[in-house]
Amino acid sequence: MGRGSFIVDRIEIHDTLFTIHYPQIMNLTLYIWRQRNAKDKGKMVTYMADDISPDMSFLEMLDVVNERLIEDNEDPIAFDHDCREGICGTCSLIINGRAHGPEKGTTTCQLHMRHFKDGDEIYIEPFRSRAFAVIRDLVVDRSAFDRIMQTGGFITINTGSPADANALPIPKEDAEYAMDAAQCIGCGACVAQCKNASAMLFVAAKVSQFAHLPQGQPERMKRVRAMVKAMDDEGFGNCTNQYECEAACPKEISVNFIAKMNREFLVSGLK
Amino acid sequence: MKLESKIPSGPLATKWERYKFESKLVNPANKRKYDIIVVGSGLAGASAAASLGELGYNVKCFCIQDSARRAHSIAAQGGINAAKNYQNDGDSVYRLFYDTLKGGDFRSREANVYRLAEVSNAIIDQCVAQGVPFARDYGGLLDNRSFGGALVSRTFYARGQTGQQLLLGAYSALSRQIGAGKVKMFPRTEMLEVVLVDGHAKGIVVRNLVTGEITSHAAHAVIIATGGYSNVFYLSTNANGCNVTAAYRAYKKGAGFANPCFTQIHPTCIPMSGHYQSKLTLMSESLRNDGRIWVSKNKKDERAANDIPEDERDYYLERKYPSYGNLAPRDISSRSAKEVCDEGRGVGSSGNGVYLDFRDSIKRLGKDVIAERYGNLFQMYERITAENPYKDPMRIYPAPHYTMGGLWVDYDLMSNVPGLFVLGEANYSDHGANRLGASALMQGLADGYFIIPYTIGNYLTAISRDAPTVDHPEFKDAEKIEKERTDKILNINGTRTVESLHKELGNVMWEKCGMARNEKGLKEALNKIPELREEFWKNIKVLGTNEEFNFSLEKAGRLADYLEFAEIMCQDALDRDESCGGHFREEHQTPEGEAVRHDRSYSHVSVWEYQGVDKKAKLHKEALKFEEVKPGVRSYK
Repeated sequence: MGRGSFIVDRIEIHDTLFTIHYPQIMNLTLYIWRQRNAKDKGKMVTYMADDISPDMSFLEMLDVVNERLIEDNEDPIAFDHDCREGICGTCSLIINGRAHGPEKGTTTCQLHMRHFKDGDEIYIEPFRSRAFAVIRDLVVDRSAFDRIMQTGGFITINTGSPADANALPIPKEDAEYAMDAAQCIGCGACVAQCKNASAMLFVAAKVSQFAHLPQGQPERMKRVRAMVKAMDDEGFGNCTNQYECEAACPKEISVNFIAKMNREFLVSGLK
Repeated sequence: MKLESKIPSGPLATKWERYKFESKLVNPANKRKYDIIVVGSGLAGASAAASLGELGYNVKCFCIQDSARRAHSIAAQGGINAAKNYQNDGDSVYRLFYDTLKGGDFRSREANVYRLAEVSNAIIDQCVAQGVPFARDYGGLLDNRSFGGALVSRTFYARGQTGQQLLLGAYSALSRQIGAGKVKMFPRTEMLEVVLVDGHAKGIVVRNLVTGEITSHAAHAVIIATGGYSNVFYLSTNANGCNVTAAYRAYKKGAGFANPCFTQIHPTCIPMSGHYQSKLTLMSESLRNDGRIWVSKNKKDERAANDIPEDERDYYLERKYPSYGNLAPRDISSRSAKEVCDEGRGVGSSGNGVYLDFRDSIKRLGKDVIAERYGNLFQMYERITAENPYKDPMRIYPAPHYTMGGLWVDYDLMSNVPGLFVLGEANYSDHGANRLGASALMQGLADGYFIIPYTIGNYLTAISRDAPTVDHPEFKDAEKIEKERTDKILNINGTRTVESLHKELGNVMWEKCGMARNEKGLKEALNKIPELREEFWKNIKVLGTNEEFNFSLEKAGRLADYLEFAEIMCQDALDRDESCGGHFREEHQTPEGEAVRHDRSYSHVSVWEYQGVDKKAKLHKEALKFEEVKPGVRSYK
């Protein structure tokens, strides 16, 4: 994506908004997955979303649809969301076949309607994976991620009096590498976008963060083995190098971390 | 209501050390005989649950999110303070203590604030040991930046995602304890009641948000760490799920609510753009390190920002507060922004904004340096507004953010209800009338990692070790009340949606109890709130049933609590007839518009005791004694 031209483009849209002094309004057709509970079979249902402002976020658009549904005595559409600023990892949705929608590096809550146009048809489905059971409509159960973390996503250190924070200098590039990995918000887009429903990117990000820091060395081998086993036990699929995970990741976490984890895993088997 | 602060005697600097020595210890072999409930899994809750689990206690931790990692602490951007003095710029525990106390406009407890500053350094050590990737300089040592209300660089950060990294650190420690079987985690579970047996907190009643099942959990002690109540304004920087319910239900069971009117309006948020808006997004205060805040000197100046020449720009913070400039504390920066907008000098199509301009720092440092420091924030701003802050200045406006008020606690962080502890933003203890930037993360982790593990022992050693049970009739009664309440909400079948009523409440609170307050407005709000409450119980519309995932029902329950809570907030704001920190009463200001405190009448914590719905809460006061510091006029000039 050519970033420069993109920005100019967006500014022009905005300028139009400001100079004309009335917002462009869109009418959309939504096809949304409705499923009352885990046992229900579920189906796609069509909704008309009229008078949508381009400045709304995608979830605000769904809020508006829900308010209208409630007024018409219909059950509102359940979807996960919380911080609405792209950091908590709660929001999800497959929008027109893409986890978190069409914008690169953007969570659904940060996706704005200005990226759609009047008359668009939008398909909205839950994150699907064997390991992510549907709870209701677009809400899924991602607790498998927590269980993986419980097997090794930590450094064993009790609260107490560790050494002074500056006693252990860490090269800036190592800290930056660890931070690149640590940015993962645990949303599950990587799993949802992968045809194998693999959780490799999620697990690799945590494994790589700790494997690259001196604090993570003592448990390095044990950690990667435990986390990979837990990932397999939860029913996530394997990685076949399609890189869909990286493309879908709202934090643009690199697939290089998967390569790093594979190396770590291999080495752990030799020790 | 008995309010005993239990502050240890002796000189300020040795109080905590002495307290720790005099504390009763629980035999390590006996710790597993104690059950502890932690409600909330943010910085305070997760760090407490993990640390108590490590010590050997049996912990149950509850959160409303689908995972402990999603608590709203995760959204804190800027950083965490500590008195390390790594920068050799004159910082010390005492200076951090003094800055925090002064920042809070001398409305917090000296001893608590000193302890906070004292344990701040250990937090950084702990987090680094957990693998939190803080920013570092080229020598591999930790980097710092400055925040409002301080003239030293003491803020540690991890890009613009410090809260995320600290929470993931606490979450990893918590995960380890869950894996080890010492903590049992209950996600998607909401606390509805604290259950008291013989006056002591002995458990909670919760609702499973997936199945609707209402159940009881018993314990030797209950810890509430459920954050703040800024969503009473409807639009705030908080996550949509943030609510006052746990704290408010504890208040209804007799816990005192302290200083509810002390709310913080954050100066740097993206201005509101439409009626559909569901939240306001904060732009980290750290941006004020390199951004300059200004508006045009002329009213209704319709020129584009970059077309306004230098001599027609009013850098009003630099002008009014030359020594702190753009780093003036949040309350002062927010009010100054409101002032210039009220004068008609606001920017943007609706005039509800001021510029935060990086032109000069980009010229000075280069675009790359600015991108490295704030890249993700710039990106977020651009995503929301479709404007490029590298080219045009950001538009910002204040928004409700943090609530300094909360449940009253003593030095042990225990409320006036024995066995009920309150940590983090949910308590009132450390920030007085205004919190300084990068202090919330510090307090949350201080409470959870380094204070509650010591103080809870004093309570536990004084009570029976017998295993608590949910068979007590108090639990059954509480469950029954909650089921009836839920049924009642579902059977109103009115016409008003939860969102629309919440918006109306938020509007009243923002207009009458927001950035500036006066007697007339507060009285109007106090008349209006009961009407809204009546509207709720007569006309709310919640579809579906209890026995399913029903988010309208969840939200309705939380709104019902806000509709009662809003009243004590306004009552407190009306009673506090002075201006201090974030509480600005228009009747009390200098000719230049600065807040005027009245120490003789209001140097106390206002603690409200529940008397019943539609009855005025009873006010108790805890006098603030300053042994070390003489409260002065808070000057940032």
